[in-house]
Amino acid sequence: MIQADLNTILPEVVLAVYAMVALLVAAYSGKDALASALTWLTAALMAVLAAWIGFGGSGTTVAFHGMFHDDGFARFAKVAVLLSAASVLVIGRDYMARRDILRFEYPVLVALSVAGMMMMVSAGDLIALYMGLELQSLALYVVAALRRDSVKSTEAGLKYFVLGALSSGLLLYGASLIYGFAGTTTFDGIIVAAGAGQTPVGLLFGLVFVIAGLAFKVSAVPFHMWTPDVYEGAPTPITAFFATAPKVAAMALLARVLHDAFGGVSADWGQVIAVLSLLSMFLGAIAAISQTNIKRLMAYSSIAHMGYALMGLAAGTAFGVQAMLIYMAIYVTMNVGTFAFILGMERDGRPVTEIASLNLYARQEPGRALAMLILMFSLAGVPPLVGFFGKFYVLRAAYEAGFAWLAVAGVIASVIGAFYYLRIVYYMYFGEEGEGLDKMQSPVLWGFLTASAVAMVLGVVNLFGIEGAAAAAAATLVN
Amino acid sequence: MTIAALAFYLFAISALAGGLFTVISRNPVHSVLWLILAFISSAGLFVLLGAEFVAMLLVIVYVGAVAVLFLFVVMMLDVDFAELKAEMARYMPLALLIALVLLMQFGIAFGAWQSADGAQAARAAVTPENTTNTAALGMLLYDRYFLLFQLAGLILLVAMIGAIVLTLRHRPDIKRQDALAQMYRDPAKALELKDVRPGQGL
Repeated sequence: MIQADLNTILPEVVLAVYAMVALLVAAYSGKDALASALTWLTAALMAVLAAWIGFGGSGTTVAFHGMFHDDGFARFAKVAVLLSAASVLVIGRDYMARRDILRFEYPVLVALSVAGMMMMVSAGDLIALYMGLELQSLALYVVAALRRDSVKSTEAGLKYFVLGALSSGLLLYGASLIYGFAGTTTFDGIIVAAGAGQTPVGLLFGLVFVIAGLAFKVSAVPFHMWTPDVYEGAPTPITAFFATAPKVAAMALLARVLHDAFGGVSADWGQVIAVLSLLSMFLGAIAAISQTNIKRLMAYSSIAHMGYALMGLAAGTAFGVQAMLIYMAIYVTMNVGTFAFILGMERDGRPVTEIASLNLYARQEPGRALAMLILMFSLAGVPPLVGFFGKFYVLRAAYEAGFAWLAVAGVIASVIGAFYYLRIVYYMYFGEEGEGLDKMQSPVLWGFLTASAVAMVLGVVNLFGIEGAAAAAAATLVN
Repeated sequence: MTIAALAFYLFAISALAGGLFTVISRNPVHSVLWLILAFISSAGLFVLLGAEFVAMLLVIVYVGAVAVLFLFVVMMLDVDFAELKAEMARYMPLALLIALVLLMQFGIAFGAWQSADGAQAARAAVTPENTTNTAALGMLLYDRYFLLFQLAGLILLVAMIGAIVLTLRHRPDIKRQDALAQMYRDPAKALELKDVRPGQGL
């Protein structure tokens, strides 16, 4: 019994055990001298695990009395989480090493956080959900404050911690109400209890509290206040991490709770998610306009993108979940490329985050400016690029599910949001003479930037086949 | 009213009073003492439920360790709580308004409270016959909830790493005690005996 259960969670066990071994080895030997090697090793292990889960797994296995679900949906989300975390570790290594903040605990904490995310997307029980969420968040709070000599970084960590604790409180209160109603914490039990007849007010309260707690984690409006400050204050590689893997995991977790535990009452939560989506899209699009710091801009951009992903979820259909998964996969790819560019922005060896410093960057480095142009167009959702297809899928899902007003609002928000992406392109190509930036040196950053931009163009052909994978994944969740 | 009901109301009222005064008392040390009252009353409620082991844990861990730790921290930290409270008083009207709205909403939710049909049966996990409280808890914790127990351990590990990463500093410029160096000190090398003649000095 326990043998079979452990086999099911073997990838998670491998990652957690690796993190503990790495911690001990580094603490007793080279300490921070090993940090660089550990970062590479962690990224490599995550890539191997992603391949293992992606190609190896099949079917649906339930382990630990229904607390852990290994199905197509979980595997899709895990592959996305692992690959994005590995890429972010690789692109951020050089930046951290040169600023002297590459401590050996950093890859260990990231590995533990990713193990938490893998538990989250497989959770089949309210307690397992909370444990996974807390494991990933606690590690994130620490890495946000990793540059402890900087007031901004410490403030980012503290703010994230306090607001994260508040959101955990909301989530737990909601979970207790749901338990009070259903008498069980497993999703299988809740869906049976919640499916019959009209939804009582107490259960709705619990559901809304759980959604609010999770909305904090995906930084959906009105629970987004922490995002710009944390993104700006945390060291840039860690900001890149925040913007990718945790968002996928939290979004997948939200989809799992809503469909696995509350699939029978989708009419009740559809409106709540739709409102969150609408507010996020508009706030993300409008508040980003006045930003001059590119990290704050990316924070608002991620809020807006979460709005679109939530739109797919609001539909409450299998196609909606498929659209959400495709959207998140594309979003993560674009963000890795964009952050590879931002990590390379420096002047006299010091990092620069002002957008105005990109003035006439195209004259200096035409290749990189072109790659960034493609990424910005794709983030804005301009038609021939892959970013457009992501938006197209969620809009279609919302429209087909009867949320036509939401789809129309999404198009309007997307047009407003295009302004600030295009403004970056404008600065790069038609700006004024400015101080300029150093030449980007790292081949790793260049590689990831180019790969991401090329993917945005070539993916137009068949989206690299993720459409079918996402459809299969969504089918295992919604039935 | 039975004795059990009387005890329940007694413990419940003192738990609520303890919680209330924890928040509103002016002196932080008094707050911690009220908190201890709240913990002990909750322990009493657990005893009434038949969960003696949890009750004892609450007394030993929360009252014995956590609350005493709080007391030390509160006494050692020089925080001007009166000033913090004054800051908070500015937002009090808005907070009270929101609290009132929330309270009314909860009134609606709990006024019309209803559970699912099988909820009561699913929840009634009484201790099996001939099994002590502690053994039953252990069976759940290390068997059914094995995964969650291990995850909780990982979370504590992350908390420990975090505390070390964020606070530990290796400062090379301060003097440290080196026990081995002290033990292996050779008196012959460290001491020099001088024969000082009276009246002459060195």
